[in-house]
Amino acid sequence: MALEIAPQNNKTLGRSANALGVFDKFSEINWFIVLVVFLITGIGLSLLYSVAGGAVEPWAKKQLIRFIIGLGAMFFIALVNIRVWLYLAYPLYILTLIMLIIVDVMGHKGMGSVRWLDLGFMRLQPSEIMKISLILVLARYFHCLDKGGERKIISLIWPVILIAVPAVLVLRQPDLGTTLLIVFGGIAILFAAGIRFWVFFVGIIASAFLAMLKWSSLPSYQRGRVETFLNPERDPLGAGYQIVQSKIAFGSGGVHGKGFIQGTQSQLNFLPEKQTDFIFTVLAEEFGLIGSAGLLGLYLIIIGYALFVSFSVANRFGRLLILGMGITFFLYIFINMGMVMGMLPVVGVPLPLVSYGGSAMLTAMIGMGFVFSVAIHRNQKIPRGGAFA
Amino acid sequence: MSRFKKKGQDFLTRRAAILGGGMTLLSSALLGRMYYLQVVNGREYELLANENRISYRIISPQRGEIRDRFERPIAVNKVDYRVNIIPDQCDDVEKTLQSVTQIIALTNRQKRRIRRQFKNQRSYLPVNIAQNLSWDKFAEINVQLPSLAGVHPEVGTVRYYPQNKHIAHLVGYVASISKNDMDGDPLLLVPGFKIGKDGLERTLEKKLRGKAGNRKVEVNSIGREIREISRKNSQSGDLVNLTIDVDIQAYVSERIKHESAAVVVMDIHTGEILSIVSTPAFDPNDFNGGISHKKWNALRIDKRKPLLNKTVAGQYSPGSTFKMVVALAALKAGVITEDTTSVCTGKHEVGDQIFHCWQKRGHGRVNLVQSLSMSCDVFFYETAIKTGIDKIHEMAQKLGLGGKFNIHIPGELRGINPSKSWKKAVIGSSWRGGDSANAGIGQGFVLTTPLQLCVMISRLVNGGRGILPKILMDDAETSKEAPELNIPEHHLKLILQGMNDVMNDSRGTAYRYRIKDKNIAMGGKTGTTQVRRISLAERKKGIIKTTDRPWEHREHALFVGFAPVGHPRYALSVLVEHGGGGASTASPIGRDILKYTMSRDPLLSQNIAFDSQKRTFQKKTIKNKHKIKKKGL
Repeated sequence: MALEIAPQNNKTLGRSANALGVFDKFSEINWFIVLVVFLITGIGLSLLYSVAGGAVEPWAKKQLIRFIIGLGAMFFIALVNIRVWLYLAYPLYILTLIMLIIVDVMGHKGMGSVRWLDLGFMRLQPSEIMKISLILVLARYFHCLDKGGERKIISLIWPVILIAVPAVLVLRQPDLGTTLLIVFGGIAILFAAGIRFWVFFVGIIASAFLAMLKWSSLPSYQRGRVETFLNPERDPLGAGYQIVQSKIAFGSGGVHGKGFIQGTQSQLNFLPEKQTDFIFTVLAEEFGLIGSAGLLGLYLIIIGYALFVSFSVANRFGRLLILGMGITFFLYIFINMGMVMGMLPVVGVPLPLVSYGGSAMLTAMIGMGFVFSVAIHRNQKIPRGGAFA
Repeated sequence: MSRFKKKGQDFLTRRAAILGGGMTLLSSALLGRMYYLQVVNGREYELLANENRISYRIISPQRGEIRDRFERPIAVNKVDYRVNIIPDQCDDVEKTLQSVTQIIALTNRQKRRIRRQFKNQRSYLPVNIAQNLSWDKFAEINVQLPSLAGVHPEVGTVRYYPQNKHIAHLVGYVASISKNDMDGDPLLLVPGFKIGKDGLERTLEKKLRGKAGNRKVEVNSIGREIREISRKNSQSGDLVNLTIDVDIQAYVSERIKHESAAVVVMDIHTGEILSIVSTPAFDPNDFNGGISHKKWNALRIDKRKPLLNKTVAGQYSPGSTFKMVVALAALKAGVITEDTTSVCTGKHEVGDQIFHCWQKRGHGRVNLVQSLSMSCDVFFYETAIKTGIDKIHEMAQKLGLGGKFNIHIPGELRGINPSKSWKKAVIGSSWRGGDSANAGIGQGFVLTTPLQLCVMISRLVNGGRGILPKILMDDAETSKEAPELNIPEHHLKLILQGMNDVMNDSRGTAYRYRIKDKNIAMGGKTGTTQVRRISLAERKKGIIKTTDRPWEHREHALFVGFAPVGHPRYALSVLVEHGGGGASTASPIGRDILKYTMSRDPLLSQNIAFDSQKRTFQKKTIKNKHKIKKKGL
């Protein structure tokens, strides 16, 4: 696809990005990928319709509205000059961090476990937005880093802080799934930015060692809990109920599935959280292997597109940004699918564009906006010094 | 294109490619897992999914009714208005309970039970809030239902015994299942299912229970039913008709309610039991919802044993009512004839033992008929010894003593019909003359149940046919032609004469309590049995009045009777524990009951005017009034 677009790009080559009109930019958007986004969302909406027993209430209708709002956000972000986003990376990061701290303080003032801010028209989960903000700020950091700076250990200090602060705040909520997405997303950027292999190697060894140390100091009942978390089927009626039922639903779909709104496990409520984190199971039950592999394929088209575009982006910021978005997208679907299929522990990660939830939908659409923004502005060269230097 | 060749960019492209490769690998893992779950193990998971979704629900059958010989209800299924709460369907269980209690008053104890169930039971199972509601309350709940989510009014059935206490021991009761009751019937697993625990409810359980139906239903994860897939209806239990006449049953029960007593009334030709009552009784309806501890304990410790069915499970010395058996055995053996006489001096010596007649001053010279009517003990001491126990044993067996009839009433005992071999086997010593003398007056080893005594008197007065007692109207076993007992007719005639004279000869022991109307006059035999040996000291002091002794030390009063004396039709046995004299206590009871029974007989009733409201015989009361008037004058 990128190759198809390439000749068009050559035309604009050399022209100032500012000179590119809104309509030119609009035509630069890869409409095939937009179609894929629509397809995935469409699948999601029909699944929400199905789990409601064949009704747009209470989920499908709301989700459609969110998608339309998200669509606006996506196009807006896509069309705004990428330099603006480079410029706004730190302010956005700090804003998100403040929201996270507010949520954290609220949560500890005896208001119970709070993950969201009530903005009136929607409940915003700052932790979701943080995934995007973190990638923006890390991309900016490495964009502005001196040549060869990524080879110095000292230049790791700041990005590690940028990752660790939100990660700790989100872990305190507690939201292990989002924490993992933030940490792994951040590490992926570090890797893409060229931090040397041995650093990761040492990191892995060190975390394994720390984990073992911690493990041996845990009381046995807590060990039991951790073991159940890692292998829920130890406790099939308690913690493992969800995953056992999910696997039954998933497997019973077979190749062709039981048919739309015919999934017994989801329709009869054996499947918990069927409209949010376990919605992929509903797809697998009702549409079988064809449905589940098909959706995975659609996601991989988007991720492949992001990866492919990254090869041809002229500025480092855009390159890291689009890679970060692609990887975050992938982490979402890998953790979610792996979790509902019983490969990974259940940590609470939604399936982007499909799971019911406002913040997740918005995050995914914002992410897509940045993917398109990078793609549109891929020929812009941005000096190391800063956005408008 | 030149920028791609820059060293730094190449480096970053390589990193991106590595990431891409990693993602490809992980995606392959996802795909492999999908294939493994959906294709390799698809079938297995499909089975598991079906196991999840399909559930079999049992449909409880309606328990068979028990009715009397005229189709009147004895045990029925009464409509019961109940209210249940399914916690799972409530927004706030506690609030819902509060709203319900505004309509139905609940005690604190009930509330505690309900809250306990809320906590301990799975939340989709109903918790019973109240049962046995009035229609008004039930209607009110139904009206308010829209605002009471999770509240389920239910019309169920509950076993109801309209005859309550009158029928208690016979019919028994139903109650919840205990562990030992499990017999493989899936019905027993239904929560709240009740089975017969005593009486006919227990022994006829198989007939009454019916067969479970089932419904194959689709359920959701919390077990709530979504739709019915298929259904097989239940089969109600059988209707059972008893030979009982509930009117007689109720009359008898009322007549002896203040005593610790047992009465059996029987049709002498068919063996049909018209009434079988044991007092004191309990209310079988109390057991339905689980009897309270207090009530149960009161029943259990009562020395008059309300839980014991004395008619079949109480064993008593027959006393003088056994004398007919001895007489028949002696006549058959030829050791006495109609004219054989004894001289009663008030006591009789056997070896070094002295046996007393109840009449201290003696009866003088008496023949068989006289010794029956006056109940002379000495005559029967002598006769029994002459006859020998084994011949008495044989006759007693013929007349139905010492055996079980298996008439479906639980707890039936066989009593003791002693013989030489019995004593050897059970007591371990050989039979003595004194034992025979004691047996001659129905004391000593002989033990009988009131049911056996009723069968005995029936066989004596029906011409010597071995009828069997019958409680179920269509009981093939007991509906067979009764066998001849081969007792010579003139022997039976003598016995009948003796029993006639007990009531209708001025010297008879129960002459005072006779039925004066010749058309419906009765015959019978009284019996008074010691429950405790009277000591020599007591004997010397003279007869201590019955009422001066503690209840437990008083004699049992017995009476066996039949009527009408000319053409016998009905027989009965009466036992009053520690009732004192057989004549003074048991025979008036027997008279009233026989009279009432005959008032129910279309052929005999014209002679009896019974005021069913006052439960009294009008002729008698009118005569008494007349007497009072005379006295007043």
